[in-house]
Amino acid sequence: MALVENIESNEARISEALPGDYFALLKPRVMSLVVFTAFVGMMMAPGHINPLTALIAILAIAVGGGASGALNMWYDADIDAVMTRTKKRPIPAGKIARGEALAFGLTLSVFAVLTLGTLTNWVAGGLLAFTIFFYAVIYTMWLKRSTPQNIVIGGAAGAFPPMIGWAAVTGSVSLESVILFLIIFLWTPPHFWALALFKLRDYDMAHVPMLPNVAGERHTKLQIVAYSVVLTGVAILPWPLGFAGPVYGTVAILLGLNFLRHAWAVWRMDDGDATMVPAKKLFGFSLVYLASLFSVLLAEALVSMALAW
Amino acid sequence: MAMSDNRPETIEPTEAQKKAQRRRSIAIGVVLAAFVVIVYVGSWAKMGAALFDRQM
Repeated sequence: MALVENIESNEARISEALPGDYFALLKPRVMSLVVFTAFVGMMMAPGHINPLTALIAILAIAVGGGASGALNMWYDADIDAVMTRTKKRPIPAGKIARGEALAFGLTLSVFAVLTLGTLTNWVAGGLLAFTIFFYAVIYTMWLKRSTPQNIVIGGAAGAFPPMIGWAAVTGSVSLESVILFLIIFLWTPPHFWALALFKLRDYDMAHVPMLPNVAGERHTKLQIVAYSVVLTGVAILPWPLGFAGPVYGTVAILLGLNFLRHAWAVWRMDDGDATMVPAKKLFGFSLVYLASLFSVLLAEALVSMALAW
Repeated sequence: MAMSDNRPETIEPTEAQKKAQRRRSIAIGVVLAAFVVIVYVGSWAKMGAALFDRQM
């Protein structure tokens, strides 16, 4: 029978965790982004994949991504307990024991990698294994607590899914999949630093070195603008490189200009601004931006598949 | 010494704990059954008719 340690009273009791609490360990919102971007990578890749194989491959990538979330929650339970955004997660809430989350994450990781590797190919399986390792070990255990550049390098973990989806079809890594990787990789810093600006106190309390509480607000805003410029440029590349059409090119340019406008508003924001409205707007728009780019890439891929039929 | 003293110390789960455990057991069963289906369907999708093409 599962026992849970009560963090506050330090006594063991029988678990009342429901299946939904274990599902919450998988970070379903992050998982939905993983599923979507992996699916786009898969649909854009040249070649054929059996639809059933594709469905199971996406499921394996989702479970693998979720497993890395569970491993993150296992390791970060102490930090999660003091941050308002995370203190209701299953471990700090006392619903699931840390050891159970670790076992859950490791088991799902093994099953997800083996399923993807045997069903598609070992380039895809290996990339999924590397992604889980990168997120759980390189980001969570090492970078997150030691450098304010944590999310720049750690962001790579969230950028791998379209590359895995692409590899599941082609069995290889190519320039196109590297560009898809780069779009998410470069998007992560401005997205998270916008969040860090208005959640500064949270990260301070948890002693997590984020750019705003280490290098200051001004430097963070400068970095947000710098990354936004590079991101919006790289996001247009699929069009001139020929693996996206003019519709995508136009959307990427227009949304990119809007992204830069939001980043510029953050730069102009007063350092003492307590409401941080421009940072909140950039954070919200960055989600729309990434979702829109990948939606258009998907739509173009589906249209060209339909025309080729 | 009374007979009852030799019995191991046990904890009687509350109704909420029993219910949670039952739901966890059902979820594990469903996930395992789904995994069996996934392996079967995946093998079938990957190998097609060759899956059943075995010399006896």
